[in-house]
Amino acid sequence: MSKKKDLDALKPEQDKATRVLHEIMSGDPVRIALSILLGFIIGAVFMVAFDKNVIKAFEDFGSDPNYALSTIWWTIQDGYGALFSGSIINFGADSFISAIRPFTETLRFAAPLIMAGLGVALTFRVGLFNIGATGQMLVGLAGAIFVSTRLQMPIIIHMLVAVLAAVACAMLWGMIVGFLKARTGAHEVIVTIMLNYVALSLVTYLLREPNLLLEENGGGTPKSDNPDGTARLGLLFGPDFQLHYGLIFAVLSVVFYWWLMDKSTFGFRFRMVGHNPSAARAAGIKVENTFIWAMAISAGFSGLAAANQALSVDGGLTTSNEAGIGFDAITVALLGGSRTGGVVMAGMLFGAFKAGSATMQVAGVSPEVLGVVKALIVLFIAAPPIIRAFYRLPAPGPKVFEAAQKAKAAKVIK
Amino acid sequence: MKLELKNITKRFGTLVANDSISLTLKPGEILSLLGENGAGKSTLMNVLYGLLQPDEGQILIDDKEQKFAGPGEAMAAGIGMVHQHFMLIPVFTVAENVVLGHEPTGKVGNLDLNAARKLVKEISDRFGFDIDPDAKIQDLPVGAQQRVEIIKSLARDAKILVLDEPTAVLTPQETDELMEIMRGLSKNGTSIIFITHKLREVQQVADRIIVIRQGKVVSEASPKTSAGELASLMVGREVDLSTSKSAAKLGAETLVVKDLTVLDDRNQQMVNGISFTVQDGEILAIAGVQGNGQTELAEAILGLRKIHSGSIQVAGKDLTKSNVRQVLEAGVGYIPEDRKKDGLVGEFTIAENLMLDGSFGKPFAKGSQIDFAQRDDIAAKLIKEFDIRTPSASTLAKQLSGGNQQKVVVAREMSRDLKVLIASQPTRGVDVGSIEFIHEQIVAARDAGKTVVIISTELDEVLALADRIAVMYRGRFVGIVDAKTTREKLGKMMAGIAA
Repeated sequence: MSKKKDLDALKPEQDKATRVLHEIMSGDPVRIALSILLGFIIGAVFMVAFDKNVIKAFEDFGSDPNYALSTIWWTIQDGYGALFSGSIINFGADSFISAIRPFTETLRFAAPLIMAGLGVALTFRVGLFNIGATGQMLVGLAGAIFVSTRLQMPIIIHMLVAVLAAVACAMLWGMIVGFLKARTGAHEVIVTIMLNYVALSLVTYLLREPNLLLEENGGGTPKSDNPDGTARLGLLFGPDFQLHYGLIFAVLSVVFYWWLMDKSTFGFRFRMVGHNPSAARAAGIKVENTFIWAMAISAGFSGLAAANQALSVDGGLTTSNEAGIGFDAITVALLGGSRTGGVVMAGMLFGAFKAGSATMQVAGVSPEVLGVVKALIVLFIAAPPIIRAFYRLPAPGPKVFEAAQKAKAAKVIK
Repeated sequence: MKLELKNITKRFGTLVANDSISLTLKPGEILSLLGENGAGKSTLMNVLYGLLQPDEGQILIDDKEQKFAGPGEAMAAGIGMVHQHFMLIPVFTVAENVVLGHEPTGKVGNLDLNAARKLVKEISDRFGFDIDPDAKIQDLPVGAQQRVEIIKSLARDAKILVLDEPTAVLTPQETDELMEIMRGLSKNGTSIIFITHKLREVQQVADRIIVIRQGKVVSEASPKTSAGELASLMVGREVDLSTSKSAAKLGAETLVVKDLTVLDDRNQQMVNGISFTVQDGEILAIAGVQGNGQTELAEAILGLRKIHSGSIQVAGKDLTKSNVRQVLEAGVGYIPEDRKKDGLVGEFTIAENLMLDGSFGKPFAKGSQIDFAQRDDIAAKLIKEFDIRTPSASTLAKQLSGGNQQKVVVAREMSRDLKVLIASQPTRGVDVGSIEFIHEQIVAARDAGKTVVIISTELDEVLALADRIAVMYRGRFVGIVDAKTTREKLGKMMAGIAA
């Protein structure tokens, strides 16, 4: 009888890595909010510590301490104020359109982050630590470039085919990971990292080939032509805003993800495998096939993000059009706790960072501060004890946790 | 050495695992701690062994207060613990294992294995353990491995020995031998704390019994107390330990297993050419000590494990090469021995767990979408029918007690259109109240004409439920006997001695 109990007592030691990974992947909203807050606080410290005015004010600290201290406040207000006016609403704008333009920019930047983020989130919920969105996006990018620069089709249809090509290419790339894991047991972390490198080199190679993706009169630079006008993602609200159809794909992705994970039987099985693969196996689910499907669908989301990147820019395409989104997607998924709403909000936050960094620079604050904030947020989410220590939260050790459950169960019995 | 625990209180959050527990252990006494799972026995022992720090209370050894920051300090103070899962290195010899961590060394720091051998030999002879210091652990039977664990503690001068559920992995004969060893140790002045939930053993060996319920000492009893009385003390209410059932009404031979051979993950033959048939309306109990191939047999029938040779038929349909889903759809229900691993998804709600193997079609799914209304209706019905004590159907499975978790599994498996029920350790880690209920459900399934196979290491359970008993030993059936076979004879068969 108590053999089980004994095993359970040992489990926290044995599966420590898995447990930590699970804690990280299943984000607790409070902890995440506190992580973001702490990220901003430390970002403010950076801003202040390296600000010329602050340094100067502190040189004369003795003569005017009030001034020195208020400079600190003003610096923070200027920096984060610029972030706000660059990403949400610009109250100083002279017209309504330019007042709300920052928010549309945030949406534009958020769309691919949300799409790729949903893809990574999906694999998290199947229990796969997928960090291959970068590679999947690159391969998707290649598919979209090929269709949009080499094929001729009517408007809209061309765009849809290009999007589909990006999705299909990315899915194939993702399936490789699923296959290797299912058939050989290769760990997805290593496979995805390595495939990111393979994808980068492969797509660069394709971009160098005159018969494949290289621009028409291209030379040694691996760069493609501009996508045909027929294949481009059109602007949503006219030339005043840069916001394009990518947002619609993002909205559709969000709805699909929500339905898939929360409403459909596929999502039910995905989650079952994610939480307890051996119970899933005993319930008649082919766990290996589930891995393959999950990787493929996840990569499909990355493919959409790739299409968003490929079909919305001017001046030819290179691998750099991936723009680090595949990597940010991991953060977005973590930050969003892999839930639909969470990923949307996390994608918006990171979109706002991208949209606001320009205005921050204008305000005299290095936008790299945002990079620091972003990295710190991830760090804090990945290391729950830091957050607990900073905010003096009680440590939810496995025993306390179990005991709390036992207490609940005991209440139920009574 | 005299041990005294005074008002030990240990809290986890709001739960009081040990509520001001006091007890004394006299030199040479065998004290039995009796209680259900989750009663707080293990917490108390972990406090004593330095693995947990008490929130309140004192530990006194010979009237001197002790504070143990870890097991090392507890060991130094003369406390030894034999865990249920042995902490031994299989490829090392007995002597090497015994000295591991405090190796005797020669002049230049070399390992002095001769001293180690002598130590083992000396202890083994003194208590009649009959252990060869040069035998490798992996070659020893489980009972002998346990003795090595005891030698390990004695080699560190343990005066107080804590045995945590030591008989769970032993055959009845090995259990008797262990009892002898315990008596021998206590004669030599070693005090023993014996943790168990098996009433018979307590009555046999204990000098004094302390019953713990919900973190409190509820009673001190003498070994002369009757089993029924002890069970009532443990559970806190009247308990009926017997399951009543009518004579079996046999039907068609629904489960036919022929010459089944199954390998484990390391390609060891775990099931060795087993053949048997089970009829409708009959319970076949497969008895045996843990690890004799029962797990692999159940997994093979379910399609979780590849069949090396032989065949399995259910109601005339060949399932030898079928996958799990096909087996389930053929009408096989499966209660796995490890519900947390194979039977439930802890992070899922009860309603979700009740549809775990039902996501492929009706009634739980409409096309590729979950039919939430249906699911919740069925959940509400099953929660009532199977007496699952939970605040709601959306409570997470991991928040339930062991007994209620098991009821969720039983409810799911029994509510399907069933021909054959395979139940592996159906009441392991389950409170006495739920044991009664689950046993009734299993008998009800049999009376409804289902074919039932129970795999259990608990003889009490086997004897309570079986119409026929198959005893499994090293991958084979030692014999299939009728339900009236005596405990002694079954015990011998469990050790591999044919009837």
